[in-house]
Amino acid sequence: MTNQTVTDISAQDSDALVGPPLWLLAELTYDCPLHCPYCSNPTDLSDTKNELTTEQWFKVFSEARDMGAVQLGFSGGEPLLRKDLEELVKHARGLGFYTNLITSGIGLTEKRITKLKEAGLDHIQISFQGADPELNDAIAGRGNAYQQKFNMAKSVKAQGYPMVLNFVLSKQNLEQIEDIMRLSCELEADYVELATAQYYGWAYQNRDHLLPSREQLVEAEAIVNKFRDEQDGKGPHFIFVTPDYFETRPKACMNGWGTTFLTITPDGSALPCHSAKMLPLTFPNVKDKSINDIWQQDFSFEYFRGDDWMPQPCKGCDEKEKDFGGCRCQAFMMTGDMHKTDPVCSKSEDHHLIQQAIDSANNPSKPIVPRVNQKAMKHAKDTELNITRIKI
Amino acid sequence: MNTPIVTPEMTPSLNAMFRFQWEKAQNCFVLLFPEGMVKLNGGAGEIMQLIDGQTNIQQITAALHAKFPDAGDLSDDVNEFVTTAIEKKWLNHD
Ligand code: SF4
Ligand code: SF4
Repeated sequence: MTNQTVTDISAQDSDALVGPPLWLLAELTYDCPLHCPYCSNPTDLSDTKNELTTEQWFKVFSEARDMGAVQLGFSGGEPLLRKDLEELVKHARGLGFYTNLITSGIGLTEKRITKLKEAGLDHIQISFQGADPELNDAIAGRGNAYQQKFNMAKSVKAQGYPMVLNFVLSKQNLEQIEDIMRLSCELEADYVELATAQYYGWAYQNRDHLLPSREQLVEAEAIVNKFRDEQDGKGPHFIFVTPDYFETRPKACMNGWGTTFLTITPDGSALPCHSAKMLPLTFPNVKDKSINDIWQQDFSFEYFRGDDWMPQPCKGCDEKEKDFGGCRCQAFMMTGDMHKTDPVCSKSEDHHLIQQAIDSANNPSKPIVPRVNQKAMKHAKDTELNITRIKI
Repeated sequence: MNTPIVTPEMTPSLNAMFRFQWEKAQNCFVLLFPEGMVKLNGGAGEIMQLIDGQTNIQQITAALHAKFPDAGDLSDDVNEFVTTAIEKKWLNHD
């Protein structure tokens, strides 16, 4: 009875057959009340008419659960905008999923927190943009967002949920890191993700305004470590994620393409990662195929599995098991070729592009673009695109 | 942090942060928590099944012994697992 095995969800052994999609992310809607410049949602927001119905989501959940999926994230956009959220949670919980709600906190009420609990929701994650109302609401592009989030975080804990707080860090709020950590303690968060923005989608366009300098990061990291030391094992567990732009090796692609994560977008597209839609691959839709067929057989899921697809220097590299050649989306965004070595890697012939990005972020030339639904803007021709410059 | 000392009278309970369940696809008991999963081996799963916030270490050990009479003295195994589980915050104790 000794030798207890503890396996992290991200360290699944790969058998001959493809293991199940342990993590299912259900993006219920692209609709969102906030306009964060770092949003990694696609920049051409599709409208909400093609969204999957309640019944279609039920089918997705059942099929994924049958294959062994165990974690289910409800996200968006803002998932609270789906009126059937409670129904979806209830169904998923009944199937045995651990259910996670990933929300901005806007649209949440004490009553809804109670109703979701009754439906069986296991955990709520709330995202913050800053540690005080001024900066938070400037980044989120909406007044009162901070107070709302603060109140809802209090209520989430009061109602007995495990709570994760997510702070998306950027040049705009990095200097608040200590306040952010204090706020997290005050709100009694269980886990806190201090994550620098991932530069996909909207965030890529705004990278010059978001990417901190190396000095800023070094300083922030020192503050985080000092704070952790003083915690003495109490309070939230802080997870600090720095942008890979300052590394010489890329971050591993989510435990490997098509090994663990499955994202279903509001219209039913199945993706091996939440930003894969930018890639020149055709992805299947749950309206046409079962999750099992998609996961086990679809060309796009098979495409970057293993290492057959790799060009040099990845193919002959002894670190390929560690990072899988890095992020396909980043390779595509920066080099135009999704097969290439992630430019973050110092062995990549495109590594200079990263240095260029860092230099350019020290000196932004374009104004920041908030996330707006471009289609909505078409109906408001006389309104100028509202470009907010955020002062620090 | 100090290593918790497991006594026969101690009554462990599951930290509300975690959910304990059987996962068919993994063929083992697991602990689920926000965005994560811990797979437990057979022994750990057996112990966890007996932890209900009412039963103390001595009773848990006795129940295991009754279930696995050929396994010999299991107290070290129970103590070892419960110590780890408390350190990892899976379990609370009185
Ligand atoms: S391709 Fe990039 S964005 Fe997609 S899962 Fe892999 S690392 Fe993440
Ligand atoms: S060459 Fe490719 S596999 Fe090797 S470390 Fe760089 S990205 Fe990873």
